Amino acid sequence: MSFAWAKQYEPQTAFTKWLDEKLPFPRLVYNAVGAGYPVPRNLNYMWNFGVLAGFCLMIQIVTGVVLAMHYAANAQVAFGTVEHIMRNVNYGWMLRYAHANGASFFFIVIYMHIFRGLFYSSYKAPREMIWLLGVVIFLLMMATAFMGYVLPWGQMSFWGAQVITGLFSAIPLVGEPLQVWLLGGFAPDNAALNRFFSLHFLMPFVIAGVVILHIWALHIPGSSNPTGVEVKQESDTVPFHPYYTAKDGFGLGVFLILFTTMVFFLPNYLGHPDNYIEANPLSTPAHIVPEWYFWPFYAILRAFTGDLSIPFTGIVLIPAKLLGVIAMFGSILLWFFLPWLDKSPVRSGHYRPMFRKFFWFGLIPTMIALFICGGAPAEEPYVVISQIATAYYFLHFLVILPIVSQVEVPKPLPFSITEAVVGKDKPGGTSGGGAIDAGSVVEGLPGTATDGSLQPAE
Amino acid sequence: MASDTAAASELSTEDGVRRRDWIHIAALGTAGVGGASVLFPLVSQMAPSRDVLAASSTEVDVSAIQPGQSIKTTFRKQPLFVKRLSPEEIARAKADDGANMRDPATLADRTKAGHEDILVTMGVCTHLGCVPLGAAEGENKGEFGGYFCPCHGSHYDVAGRIRKGPAPLNLKVPEYSFKSDAVIRVG
Repeated sequence: MSFAWAKQYEPQTAFTKWLDEKLPFPRLVYNAVGAGYPVPRNLNYMWNFGVLAGFCLMIQIVTGVVLAMHYAANAQVAFGTVEHIMRNVNYGWMLRYAHANGASFFFIVIYMHIFRGLFYSSYKAPREMIWLLGVVIFLLMMATAFMGYVLPWGQMSFWGAQVITGLFSAIPLVGEPLQVWLLGGFAPDNAALNRFFSLHFLMPFVIAGVVILHIWALHIPGSSNPTGVEVKQESDTVPFHPYYTAKDGFGLGVFLILFTTMVFFLPNYLGHPDNYIEANPLSTPAHIVPEWYFWPFYAILRAFTGDLSIPFTGIVLIPAKLLGVIAMFGSILLWFFLPWLDKSPVRSGHYRPMFRKFFWFGLIPTMIALFICGGAPAEEPYVVISQIATAYYFLHFLVILPIVSQVEVPKPLPFSITEAVVGKDKPGGTSGGGAIDAGSVVEGLPGTATDGSLQPAE
Repeated sequence: MASDTAAASELSTEDGVRRRDWIHIAALGTAGVGGASVLFPLVSQMAPSRDVLAASSTEVDVSAIQPGQSIKTTFRKQPLFVKRLSPEEIARAKADDGANMRDPATLADRTKAGHEDILVTMGVCTHLGCVPLGAAEGENKGEFGGYFCPCHGSHYDVAGRIRKGPAPLNLKVPEYSFKSDAVIRVG
């Protein structure tokens, strides 16, 4: 892809000229993350998290492949081989702690990335496909993380597998056979452990494939930016390299300081002590909770304590268990519809006063409440709080966002990114004020300006 | 018969159907059936294997269980509770037979005739599969004196019937029979 003013790759040596004809890989890199990719000049640090997420995926794949060389997916020995990695394998403790904490940091980074997308409405046209692929990646990540957590075959592993596959048993008619089929038995055992290992090894590569699609889709319209105003001219952009390679490099340094601090000084802080007890099918730990990154969704699952029934007849339409499962999956599947629920033509939360209030004082406190309740035992007041928060969560996306986008009066948008950053520098740049219509937002897209140059670099 | 129209139908007939469509449909249909038949073993291999299914019946000696006492054993690698109800517990369960329950069942429905004091249930909460407490000495038996699931707070009564909390069904009574007064065969 690119804008008309993107620099063209010019091989310098005989070898790169030869390579460019046979397999233009350096050209691909140049156009994707090099000087040939013009990026809005005003990206803030919230735009670092995409690159960081890619880095996390690489950490997980490298440490994971190495751990698989020492691990055995057999219920008899799995717990022992994890301890073998911790005690006997050279640097095994470090690799395992990096992998376990790497999962947590991957989710921290992804949640920041999603948060950025929600505040700046990165999901809006023309970037819906990027958002949809991102939701797919998130779902794949959740499945991968869940199956990875089962592999050490500790108490939390075992009971996590029992509870999560138990979710499927809530489905009417086919639920119970489906759970037995997923586990390959009537309770989690060798068959389940083995298939979870196989899939846990496979899925990161599937994620990497969808990430390529995600980046491909990104490079067609290019990155959004904090003003939400599309790129209109060359002065709105800077080349990815060296400007954003440097900025992302700095962010990566900060990330690595935090990550290594956890790996070396607090490696078990985010884990559960119960998972250092070998799986025991006859004894459930007193307090089963998933890993912290699932807490908000676990709170939604547990918020449904009563059946949906016709009043005074006792006829149950949907039992509480199924309601909870539907709500939990629905809370994420809802994101697939987000680009069409929020119809406001203004993207950035900075120019949307009403949206911003609901975002900071509605959605964010709700997510914090769900997070706390998901990690707490199933007792009052957490049950009531999670019920209120669950109600607001769905209300926010299904009711508040569509209404706000109709009634809100947005603040005046800058004419261009350049104007927003350095003030008016172009004599032609006038009248950016007032509500903009959808047409002018799309105007200046690379697709309309430079037909044919829309294709990705390959 | 229609030899003169055959040449025309090589290209296309008036309604847009061509003779070549047949071979497209036949080829794709054959490939589709072939593909689906390859898919079947790939799906089926995930079902419980023969050795898992073979270990699907268990014999339990119930003679040593004292009234009011339970034992925990395993059936299909899942916990199984066998409880000998005391006369007070039988009375309490029968008194509740008519109570308003989510999954109504009487004590007689859940035990074998002539062995009303032996209650055999899976030790698997019907909510999300945790092992309820109450089978061992000193454990929390919940508000109804039976079993209590600590995961999400489901209370079961002395007959293992769900009375409070998120679980949708009573603790499952597996198929079993008395081989003698002392031994039951589960599965």
